[in-house]
Amino acid sequence: MRRNVLPGLSLSLGVTLFYVGLIVVLPLAALIFKAASLGPVDYWSIISSSRAVASYRVTVLSALGATAFNLVFGLALAWVLTRYRFPGWRLIDAMVDLPFALPTAVAGISLTALFANNGWFGSVLSELGIKVAYTPLGIMVAMCFTSLPFIVRTVQPVLEDLDPALEEAAQSLGGSDWTIFRKVIFPLLTPALLAGLSLSFARSLGEFGAIIFIAGNQPMSTEITALLVFIRLEEYDYQAAAAIASVLLITAFVMLAVTNLLQARALRYTARS
Amino acid sequence: MSNASSGRKPPRVGDQPLFRRLLIGIVLVVGALLILAPLIVIGVEAFSEGWRVYASTLADPDTRHAIFLTVVTALIAVPINTVFGIAAAWAITKFDFPGRRFLLVVIEIPFSISPIVAGVAYLFVYGLQGFFGPLLEAYDIKILFALPGIILASMFVTAPFVARELIPLMQAQGRDLEEAATSLGASGWRTFFSVTLPNIKWALLYGVVLCNARVMGEFGAVSVVSGNIRGQTNTLPLHIELLYHDYQAAGAFASASILAVIAVFTIIAKVALERQGAGRVRRPALSTPAVPAVEPKP
Repeated sequence: MRRNVLPGLSLSLGVTLFYVGLIVVLPLAALIFKAASLGPVDYWSIISSSRAVASYRVTVLSALGATAFNLVFGLALAWVLTRYRFPGWRLIDAMVDLPFALPTAVAGISLTALFANNGWFGSVLSELGIKVAYTPLGIMVAMCFTSLPFIVRTVQPVLEDLDPALEEAAQSLGGSDWTIFRKVIFPLLTPALLAGLSLSFARSLGEFGAIIFIAGNQPMSTEITALLVFIRLEEYDYQAAAAIASVLLITAFVMLAVTNLLQARALRYTARS
Repeated sequence: MSNASSGRKPPRVGDQPLFRRLLIGIVLVVGALLILAPLIVIGVEAFSEGWRVYASTLADPDTRHAIFLTVVTALIAVPINTVFGIAAAWAITKFDFPGRRFLLVVIEIPFSISPIVAGVAYLFVYGLQGFFGPLLEAYDIKILFALPGIILASMFVTAPFVARELIPLMQAQGRDLEEAATSLGASGWRTFFSVTLPNIKWALLYGVVLCNARVMGEFGAVSVVSGNIRGQTNTLPLHIELLYHDYQAAGAFASASILAVIAVFTIIAKVALERQGAGRVRRPALSTPAVPAVEPKP
């Protein structure tokens, strides 16, 4: 019975369960309880109101756009950071984590300053007739910023561990670089990419701080779901806040399950190769 | 590194000079626009109205109180979180009990949840409409719209930070050393402090640094539970929002510059700790169970 040798099970498990129960489980249970106490008819009419549905649409579409951008740019960034050595690569590698380290409110006001019509980027873009700040495009930019590190950091280790022998074998068979990337490398990266994608998408769906400054926050067009929850709270409409928050919560749980599944697959995949 | 392969071996995929330069160029330009520019613009905007405005914003009592509140929150939330993270890692990696994997998933839930949802959830526990609201009101205990609420919400959003760094590492290190120490007669605490702690100190510090950065910067969850009372329950991120919407952009960016400096130091600390080996034994990202699918037989 080796497992009984070490002391501290009851203390450490007790502390853990108490903390998780009080800090994580109790509030979420309270939210679910509050939303469930509404009754199906009221609940449905709140979460399917046109303003709520418009907020889901802009949130999901912007998150999809941001995730698609991060897929391409995140993969390119991970590739450059693992395959090429150039002056300053360490600095770039460190800077990738800036969106995680920089508070979302700070990111929000600085992105707004950049993309506002008189900002560094906004003034150039508005000459081209593109408006970013206070449009759905601005929401996308904020989401791109806050969720960029996810894809880079999930793909990077897989790219580092890639066996060069695979590429060499493909090269000796006469494959062009593009063919080898498409047929050999990309399939090996896919599980990690998918895991990174789902993390990035989930983060974008829940993001609040970085978005509200740049979004314009017009109901029906640039109002994200998290903001609608906040607005209902400010109106003291706690039932509506609970119902719409529960939609975000359920979405988060679904995304958590998807991510876990994809990451378990990614792990099995890398273990096999 | 790539020079070695350019000798006899054929270049690796994507190593043609033109493609290589092009890709590096694109990544550097987009990276500079998307990541570096937001950092630089904070500094430029903060000093846009000169040193005087910058200094007077930071000297303003409301700003000072916001800094004070942010520091106090971190000083309380981070150590409690650290103790929890160590306890969770010890329980999950040193013992076999049913439900370990489920417990891991529950610990990591806060990562997936919108901070706004977290804030709303706390309203329904401690608010007037919540479970404990009437009871707290009867005894005149203020949790929401006061410091305790801010600390609780911060602890929710950062609950997994320390545990997430320690669990994979302690899982990989196994139990042999601790078992040897206790079988030689060391007490549990002695075993922890002289055997386990030296092995996990860098990973622990790594988790603490990241946890601290998140606590100091948390916006959404805190903005729901704090009530935004100027000079009373405004943390630094909330103070930034208040100044910004008050058309005091220079002041908002001056306050933001403090948090930006903290973010830069966080990244420097992170890189330094990674050189010590922290953050390396890590699941791909956030939520894959660290416990192997096939439990080792005792």
